[in-house]
Amino acid sequence: MKEKPDVLQGTLALMVLKTLDVLGPQHGWGIARRIEQISGDLLAVNQGTLYPLLLKLEHEGSVASEWGASENNRRARFYRLTVTGRKQLQTETRDWNQTAAIIARFFEVKAEDLP
Amino acid sequence: MRFLRRFFIRLSNFTAGRRADQRLQEEMAEHLALQTEENLRAGMPPAEARRQAALKLGAAQAIREHHNAEQGLPLAENLLLDIRYAFRMLLRAPGFSLIVIATMALGVGATTAIYSVIDATLLHPLPYPNPSEIVHIEANLPGVGAHDVGFSIPELKDLQNSGIFQYVSFCFHGSENVTGSAQPTHIDGATVSPSYFAVLGVDAALGRTFDPHDASLGSNGEVIISDGLWKRAFGADPHIVGKSLRLDNDLFQIVGVMPASFRDQGQTSRERGTELWASDGFSDRTPPMRGTRLQYDTIARLQPGLSPQAAQGRLDALIASLKKQYPADYPPQAAWSIHLTPLAETLVGNVRQSLLLLFGAVGLVLLISCVNVANLLLARASARGREMAVRQALGAARMRLVRQLLTESLLLFVLGGITGFAVLFCARKFLLQFVPESLPRLNDISISWGVLAFAIVVSVAAGAIFGLAPAWLTSRLDLTTTLRQEGRGSNGSRKRSRLRHVLVIGELALSLVLMVAAGLLLRSFWDLFKVQLGFNPTRVMAIETTLPNPNDPKTDIYHTATQESVFLREALRRIRTLPGVEETAVSDRAALPLGHGQNDLRQRPLIREGQDVQSSQPPLIDTSIVSPEYFHVLGMTLLRGRLFADQDLEATPSIAVINQAAARMYWPGKDGKGEDPVGKRVSVRSRTAKPGWTTIVGVIADARTESLADAGIPQMYFDIYQRPAKFLALYLRGQVDPATISAQVRTQVQAVDPEIPVFHAETLDDVLSSSLSVRRFSMEMVALFAGTALLLAGLGIYGTISFLVHEQSREIAIRLALGAQRSNILRMVLRQGLTLAAVGAGVGLVAAFIVSHLMAGLLYGVSPYDLSTFAGVTAVLTAVAIAASYVPALRAMRLDPITTLHAE
Repeated sequence: MKEKPDVLQGTLALMVLKTLDVLGPQHGWGIARRIEQISGDLLAVNQGTLYPLLLKLEHEGSVASEWGASENNRRARFYRLTVTGRKQLQTETRDWNQTAAIIARFFEVKAEDLP
Repeated sequence: MRFLRRFFIRLSNFTAGRRADQRLQEEMAEHLALQTEENLRAGMPPAEARRQAALKLGAAQAIREHHNAEQGLPLAENLLLDIRYAFRMLLRAPGFSLIVIATMALGVGATTAIYSVIDATLLHPLPYPNPSEIVHIEANLPGVGAHDVGFSIPELKDLQNSGIFQYVSFCFHGSENVTGSAQPTHIDGATVSPSYFAVLGVDAALGRTFDPHDASLGSNGEVIISDGLWKRAFGADPHIVGKSLRLDNDLFQIVGVMPASFRDQGQTSRERGTELWASDGFSDRTPPMRGTRLQYDTIARLQPGLSPQAAQGRLDALIASLKKQYPADYPPQAAWSIHLTPLAETLVGNVRQSLLLLFGAVGLVLLISCVNVANLLLARASARGREMAVRQALGAARMRLVRQLLTESLLLFVLGGITGFAVLFCARKFLLQFVPESLPRLNDISISWGVLAFAIVVSVAAGAIFGLAPAWLTSRLDLTTTLRQEGRGSNGSRKRSRLRHVLVIGELALSLVLMVAAGLLLRSFWDLFKVQLGFNPTRVMAIETTLPNPNDPKTDIYHTATQESVFLREALRRIRTLPGVEETAVSDRAALPLGHGQNDLRQRPLIREGQDVQSSQPPLIDTSIVSPEYFHVLGMTLLRGRLFADQDLEATPSIAVINQAAARMYWPGKDGKGEDPVGKRVSVRSRTAKPGWTTIVGVIADARTESLADAGIPQMYFDIYQRPAKFLALYLRGQVDPATISAQVRTQVQAVDPEIPVFHAETLDDVLSSSLSVRRFSMEMVALFAGTALLLAGLGIYGTISFLVHEQSREIAIRLALGAQRSNILRMVLRQGLTLAAVGAGVGLVAAFIVSHLMAGLLYGVSPYDLSTFAGVTAVLTAVAIAASYVPALRAMRLDPITTLHAE
C-alpha cells in the first residue's frame, strides 16, 4: 500500500491560516478535520503536530486563542485569525500562487516549443 | 519582525518559567473526545473508536515535547540543566575540581597580571588625546657618529613651517629651585616651548596653558604648575592664577594648573612626575645660527591623518632642499638626517622587549596549565566511560554529550579564571611592590574592567579549546565493549592515551623552553652583576643640589668658576666634618654613575688640535665636570699622566682627563698602536668654557659609569674649579646613615647659602641595583614561571605514568605471576616515563633554539645557544621526569598479583 504523503514543511501553517480565514474561529480538532476533508483524505495529518504549530503562530501574532464552549458544551480552545495573520495569509497566498504558476509553466514547456 | 516577536515571547516564557502544559492536556483531551464521537458516529465500537482517535492524534509525549520546546527556549533550558549538572559533578569530585580550578587560577591569574602591566605600558603608553599623532623628532649626524644632536632655532622654525606638523616643541626636563619661600624647595620642572601643551593636546584645569603662537625670544615669565604642587605648596588656592612664584630668584607668573590626572611625557619616573613647566622661546637677542644646535628633546604633533611614514617621506624631502640651500651648514660627510618615531615607542622602547618576553613566558605557563587540565579531564574521561555508555545506550545524541562535557570543562576553566582574577585583585598592592620603579607608567597599572574582560576571554577560550578534545574523545566509545567490561575504564581509550602522551610531551617541551629562557637570563644577569665596574660604589652616597641659574647672568652670584669654588670648597669642608664622612667630592650630574637622567648627559663636539677644523663636523664626546677628589672617592684608577690638583684654577691653563676608551678612539696613532694623548690639546665648546685650548693631562682606566653593559664609552672630564656647573652631585664616602644624611648635608650647605636646596640622597649601591631592576624583574619573573612550568610538567608526567600503571596493572600482575623480575617491572615503567621525557626534551630543544634566538637582544655576555645552559636544563628536566615516574613505578613493582587478578 502506498503511504499518504506527509504535509509539506511550511504549507501546514498556510492551510491552518486559510482554514481559519474561511471558517472563522475554530478549535484544534475542527482545523485538523477541515484540512483532512479538503485534501480529500489524501493527506495524513498527525493531528497532534497541529498544536505546537498553533502555539508558534500564536507567538508570531498571526492567530489568537481563547477558551470557549464547543458544540457539545465542553471547554475548548478557539483559535482565530488576527489582522497580522490575515496580512500574512495574503502575502503567502500570493507567493504560493506565483511559485505554483512558475512550476506549472515549466511543466507545460515541450522540447519543440523552445526556439 | 515575526521572528523577533516569537523569540521575545519564548524568552519571557523561559525566564518566567511559564508552561503551557495544562492547556495542551485539556486541548488534547477535548480533541480525543471530539474524534471519538466522530468515530462512534461512523459506527465503530466504543473501544475501537477511542483507539483510532488516539492513533490519529499521534504520540502524546512527542507532541508535549514539541509543544514545550515551542513554548520556551530549549537551548537555554538545556544549558541550564547542563550547568546544574556540571555543578553537581564538580561537587561530587571536590579534589579533582580543586586541582583543576587552582591550576587554571594560577595560569589565568599570572597571565592577567602581566597583561595588566602591558595594558598600561605598551597598549596605552600616552594618556593624551590622539596619541598616535605625537612623534619624537631626532636629528642625527651618522657621518660623524653623532646621534640626537638636537636642532637649532632656524631648523626648528623650518620644521614648524613645513606643514607636516601642527605644533613642534622643545622640552627640557630638569629641576628648579623654588626660592623666596621659608624653605627653598626643589622640584622636577621642565622648560618647554610655548607649544608644548598644544602638542600634548591637554588643557589646564584652572587658568590656561601657554599660547602656542607666543613669539617671545626667551622666557615670557609664565609657568604652569601641576595639581600636586598646587595642593602642596599653595594650599589649593582657587585664585592662584595670576600670582607669582620665584624660580632661582627669577619672578614668574602662574598662568595655569594642570588637571590632577595629567602626567608629563618622559622616560623616567622623575620626568613623568614633572610639577612645573616654564615657557621659553629658546633663543636670545643674538641672531640664531643654523649650526648652533640646542640639545633638547623635540616632540611634535603631526597634521591629522598624516601617518608617521608619510611624514617621514615629506621630512626627507625637506632635508634634501635644506641641504641644497645651506651647503655650508650641512656638509655631505656629516649626512644630516631627521628621524621621526611615534612618541609612545620612544617611551616604552627599552622595556618593550622585556615585557613581551614576560608575556610570552606567562603565556607558556598558561598553555602548560591548560594542557595539564586537559590531561586531568582525559584521565577522568576513562573513569566516566560507563556513564557515557549508559547515556548513549539510553538514546543521548553524541552532540548532546559533547555539549554537556564541554559545559563541565568550561565551568571549571571559568571558575579557575575568576579565582585567579580575584586573587590578583586582592593581592594587587602587594604584587605591585615587585614591579621595578623604572617601568614607564607604573602608577597607571590597574586591574580594570578591560583586564577582567581579558581574564574571562582567556579562560573561556582556553576552556573551549582544551575542553573540546577531551569531550569529543570521552563521548566517542564503543558501546558494547564498554558496557560488557562493566566500565573498568581501560577500553576504547587508545586514542585518549595517545592524546595524553602528546599532551605530556607538549608540556615537557614548553617547560624546557621556559627553563632555557630563564637560564639564559639568569646567566646574563649574573654576568652583569659580577662585571668589573672599574669604580667602587661601596659606602658612597650621592646627594643632588642645584645652584641658582637665573636668566640674567648679572644676578648670578655663582657665574664664574672662582665665584662658585668659594661656595663649593666651603660646603665640602663642612660636609667632611659630619660624623662618619671620610671623603667628599662634587661633580655635575653627568658624572653621576648610572643614575642620571638622559638630559643630564650632553655630548659635546670635540676638536683636536691639528686634526679637526672648527667648521667641519667634529666627533662628539660625553663630557662631565668633576672636582679633583672625584676619581679617588669613586676609586677610579689613573693610568697615565696626572689627575686634577688644587693648584688648577680658573686662572691656570685649562686641563682635562680622558678615559682609555677616548684615548683609543681619538688618538689611535698612525700605526694603530695608540699614541699618548697626554699633552695633546683639544677644544670642547660648552656654555661655561672659556675659548681656547684645553690640555689633556691624564688618562684613567675605563669604568662602567655610563652603562653596565658597555665599558668602552669615551669620556672626558673637566675640572669643576675651571668650568662651573649648576646641576651638581655631592659624593660622601664613609659610614653614614642614609636616613639622616640628607638633612645633615642640607644644614651644612644652607649654612653657606640658605637659598640652595639639597635633595635626592642615594647610595651608589642602590643606584647600581636599580639600574639592573628591569633586568632583575624580568629574570625573576621568568625564573618563577619556569619553576611553575617545571612543577606542572612534573605533575603531568606523574599523572600520566600513574594512569599507565593503573591501566596495565592486569598485564603487570600476569607478568609477575609468570615470574617476571620486579626490577624488570620497575625498569619497564621508568622506560615509559623516560621515553616521554626524551621526546619532550627533543621537541623542546628545537623550540628553545628558536626562542633563544629571538631573545638575543636581552642577553649579555652569554650566547643564545649557550651549551651549558641547554645541557643543564635538559638534565634538570630529565631528572624531574625520572623522579615523577619513580613513584608510580614503585607502585607497579610492589603490585600483588593475586589481589590484582582477583579484582579484575
